[in-house]
Amino acid sequence: MLKHYEISGTDFSAAGEASSNFKLILKQLGLPADIVRKVAISMYEAEINTVIHGGGGTCDAEISDKSIVISFNDNGPGIKDIDLAMKEGYSTATDTVRELGFGAGMGLPNMKKYADDLQIKTTPGKGTTVVLTINL
Amino acid sequence: MPYFHSVTLDQNKCHGCTNCIKRCPTEAIRVRGGKAKIIKDRCIDCGECIRICPYHAKQAKTDSFDMLKKFKHTVAMPAPALYGQFKDVTDVNKILTALKQIGFDDVFEVARGAEIVAAATRKMIETGTLSKPIISSACPAVLRLIRVRFPDLIKNILPICSPMEAAAMEARREAILKTGLKSEDIGIFFISPCPAKVTSIKSPLLRDKSEVNGAISVADVYMKICNIVKTLNNPEQLAKAGLEGVSWARSGGECKSTHTIINIAVDGIGEVIKVLEEIENGNLDDIDFVELLACDGGCVGGPLTVENSYVCSNRIRNMISLDPETKPLENLNESCFLWKRTLEPAQTMQLADNFEEAMQKLERIDKIWGTMPKLDCGSCGAPSCKALAEDIVNGFATENDCIFKMRERVQNLAKELFDLESSPRGTDTEDSRPD
Repeated sequence: MLKHYEISGTDFSAAGEASSNFKLILKQLGLPADIVRKVAISMYEAEINTVIHGGGGTCDAEISDKSIVISFNDNGPGIKDIDLAMKEGYSTATDTVRELGFGAGMGLPNMKKYADDLQIKTTPGKGTTVVLTINL
Repeated sequence: MPYFHSVTLDQNKCHGCTNCIKRCPTEAIRVRGGKAKIIKDRCIDCGECIRICPYHAKQAKTDSFDMLKKFKHTVAMPAPALYGQFKDVTDVNKILTALKQIGFDDVFEVARGAEIVAAATRKMIETGTLSKPIISSACPAVLRLIRVRFPDLIKNILPICSPMEAAAMEARREAILKTGLKSEDIGIFFISPCPAKVTSIKSPLLRDKSEVNGAISVADVYMKICNIVKTLNNPEQLAKAGLEGVSWARSGGECKSTHTIINIAVDGIGEVIKVLEEIENGNLDDIDFVELLACDGGCVGGPLTVENSYVCSNRIRNMISLDPETKPLENLNESCFLWKRTLEPAQTMQLADNFEEAMQKLERIDKIWGTMPKLDCGSCGAPSCKALAEDIVNGFATENDCIFKMRERVQNLAKELFDLESSPRGTDTEDSRPD
């Protein structure tokens, strides 16, 4: 089953809606609590990044009997140094974003921690694609 | 065990309007055949529908004073929210003495139970074995909410019994010592600010049987003792709980008693849901303790109370008779106050037992929802178009329940009838076949 979400880059109050909606679906499917948690945390982090760094984008989530694959696409500035971005506490978030309580530098580290696989394709100046896989 | 719910419907008063279905935090109400119907598995007894119903058709089942007669010795256990119900009364002793005057043999404050739970909580936090953020287990509506909507957060809940159960255990022990009677001759009565507590007595989740025998609403007790409390001089000195325990009636009281630094106190079911979502997203892992209370302002805002919750909250803070110092409890064996059972998730959101079937249902729900007007008007009896789509797929409703869908069908039907009517003797199109 495929789910598609549009993610606004300007509406911070709506940040997290896609993951919230998808979480509900997982519960309706009766997936175990640890899977719901892994998806909830990694997807939420990716969604927030799409909002605060990517300037909005899209999210496509696919559920099969073996895995959940969620990809986030944006046309934002891209990630200059992935190794640095993977470090806990490192963030390029602007002051405005930090004032809203985001930008703690835990986004990518948490995705790596909670997803079973994390793939990042990024081109500076063009955008980023993040693919999270959670095995069932 | 048959599942008991305190929140029930008075069929005669129900108009079948959409107020309660829209307000219910677990989408547990539908209007069917012009009357509201509570879906038992989903209801968490929070009492939101009682508050919103303009016709007072939703009510909480509580016990009557007649039940006192069943026991040789009765103990009233007032929730601390009772203390703030009376204007110009700043001495808890007056309220407790009044309870004895209306027929209870003794009193035991639930606030003392709160102090026991607080001490046990502090000890447990010290061990450092609990998953953060630790979620309070004091509000039974929140426990049921987590069970229904956030089963993955069960592991974060503090596995200590409620102040009511802790108080009841102590009250019973004390009463047996004092009277020499058998346990079954002693009736413990909780004076309840909310229906969720009543349900937790009649149908407990975390133990086989509650230590409490009956539940009487704060409102019913208020009616009986109001005048006594106001005219009483020289009350008996019965109050034993300090400000720490009594403060549990207000949002933030429990948080303070945990002695944690990083904690949040959240009240009101809508805010509670938002915070649980955040905990689920891993956003609040740096917080030590989360107090969650379903009613606005905490238990002072319970649906079975009388006084405005803000006023009640202020009165409790200003109770002069309360000792502001936390009294350390001697010889506390916190293992007595642990849950007797684990909290099992309620799979009421799950669409089917097996994954494939659930997936098929989800796809059908999406398809049906796509054709809906998405006005969430509630006229069909479900709280939203999405909920109706789920009901249709689960076989509890049909597309004709949607009045917009129905109108569309009627319009199409009318058009068909019109077409039929306009050509009663065959069509006017020229028949080109040779005569």
